[in-house]
Amino acid sequence: MTASMAPASGAGAIRLTIGQRLLRAWNRWIGAALRYIVLITLGVVFGFPFYWLVTTSLKVDTQLFVVPPVLFPDPIKWSNYPRLFEYLPFHLFILNTVAITALTIGGIVFSCPLAAYSFARLRWPARNTVFLGILATMMLPEQVTMIPQYLLFSRMDWIDTWRPLWVPAWFGSAFYIFLLRQFFMTIPSELEDAAKIDGAGYVTTYVRIMLPLVMPALTAVVVFTFIGSWNNFLGPLIYVNTTMKMPISLALRLFQSLHDAEYGLMMAASTITTIPVVLLFFFAQRYFIQGIVLTGLKG
Amino acid sequence: MAATEHTRRQFNRREVIAGLLFALPAILGILIFQLGPLVVSLGLSLTDYDILTKTNIVWFQNYKRLAQDPLVLKSAVNTLYVTALGVPLQLLTALSLALLLNAETKAMAFFRTLYYLPAITPTVAAAILWRWILQSQWGLLNSALGLVGIQGPLWLGSEVWSKPSIVLMSLWGQGGSMLIFLAGLKGIPRQLYEAAEIDGASRWYRFIRITLPMLSPTIFFLMVLSIIGNLKVFTEAYVLTQGGPLNSTLFYVYNLFNNAFVYFRMGYASALAWVFFILVLILTLAQFRLADRWVYYEVGGAE
Repeated sequence: MTASMAPASGAGAIRLTIGQRLLRAWNRWIGAALRYIVLITLGVVFGFPFYWLVTTSLKVDTQLFVVPPVLFPDPIKWSNYPRLFEYLPFHLFILNTVAITALTIGGIVFSCPLAAYSFARLRWPARNTVFLGILATMMLPEQVTMIPQYLLFSRMDWIDTWRPLWVPAWFGSAFYIFLLRQFFMTIPSELEDAAKIDGAGYVTTYVRIMLPLVMPALTAVVVFTFIGSWNNFLGPLIYVNTTMKMPISLALRLFQSLHDAEYGLMMAASTITTIPVVLLFFFAQRYFIQGIVLTGLKG
Repeated sequence: MAATEHTRRQFNRREVIAGLLFALPAILGILIFQLGPLVVSLGLSLTDYDILTKTNIVWFQNYKRLAQDPLVLKSAVNTLYVTALGVPLQLLTALSLALLLNAETKAMAFFRTLYYLPAITPTVAAAILWRWILQSQWGLLNSALGLVGIQGPLWLGSEVWSKPSIVLMSLWGQGGSMLIFLAGLKGIPRQLYEAAEIDGASRWYRFIRITLPMLSPTIFFLMVLSIIGNLKVFTEAYVLTQGGPLNSTLFYVYNLFNNAFVYFRMGYASALAWVFFILVLILTLAQFRLADRWVYYEVGGAE
């Protein structure tokens, strides 16, 4: 801003000459154009790997191993997808993952809001001390508890079952309890009092009144539990050995160890693993964004 | 606390029972899956437990051994390398994307989705995809570099470039941090910028003097999470390189995993886990101590 600002009589910086206005409009237009150029360039950088994933899975080998790379598969080769299922039962892996994920979500939805409600609203001795203890465990890296947990599950004969993957979810998760408790605390207590006057017990009050009120937070929790469970790799790697029991992430890794150099086939398998998560994202996008802003979780 | 007016009153017996029952699964969970294992882990780290042979108490032998184990040193250095290189680049990427998206137009929702999608892509699938992109001969990246006349490195096949490759892949998945930055940016009051503009402050000056300080709590929060996340790096290396070449991507947790679940040296691995725990704890607490110097909280502290 080099143009003279001083003689804008009385109204300060509000009144501008036509020249200044034009300059501002021009600057704004240039700014917006530049922003879009960068946005689109980065969009290509972030989006292209997905395009590459899907198109590689549809290419014939002669289009795969060439320089410069071929952008459009021609002819389109669908056969990698049926071939996947000839090698390994990928539909079974997806069903396994759905089952494990559903059991995990069920556990989280049962245990976390229940405990959160108790910590937020019900009064019992040493409540806050216990809550602080639960919060403190968030600092504990899973690497420390992983070995004793493995020994515990192996003593219970749970190795090579799904139980180590979903049973702990029924016993709460510190971060989700913390999050939901914060949410319960914002709900006015009049609603509860009214229910009490009507003679509702604690279970009824919780299920009928309180639980519906924390739905936004609970939905976010469910979405993150889904992603976490669907993408979980270390857990299945440690606990599941039998191929037929594997969730998709571990099966994909097994498949990679067998067919690493067959890129078309590998990309088809990775596409199949990724599609359910992407679909969920498009259906539940609102809850994702809301959940991240609410929780500071990164997915 | 919502219940301050009640605190003096006696506990209601039915409420205490309901409260304890409601919290019971969580309390049991903490005892069985967290605190119990924590204590057991400390005990195990003082033994030579390996599932197969007879267990002896060896006291601090495991800790002495790990201090001299060249693989522990190598994996720790690798981990610190990736953390030191990765955290600044990841935060910078996420912040840049958020600044770019911080405008009120319809198109932003589209770009936000596009930039975020990699963050929820299953790690194993993403790693397999990046193995192909980073493939040295026919991979996308080296082909692109070739177009501008650069002979790309071997990436995952090179001892020098394997760690930067993993960092590069992690930058693709910064959409989660980006969204948190974006929420932070939206929380900065507009009046601050308007006032600065009237004072004639330049765009850069506004960024340095308003945006960064107002965003410092978000930067701090993401930095703490990002450092812990990088220290725990495992799956990417397991799928991309299996720790190679020449152990250049053998990270601390990877080495711990090998000791525990490949060689079944449970006692030794527990000692590794405890050292990790203590180091992460110290590093995190140190960041909180240092935070006072640069994190700006609106409540209580004016400049």
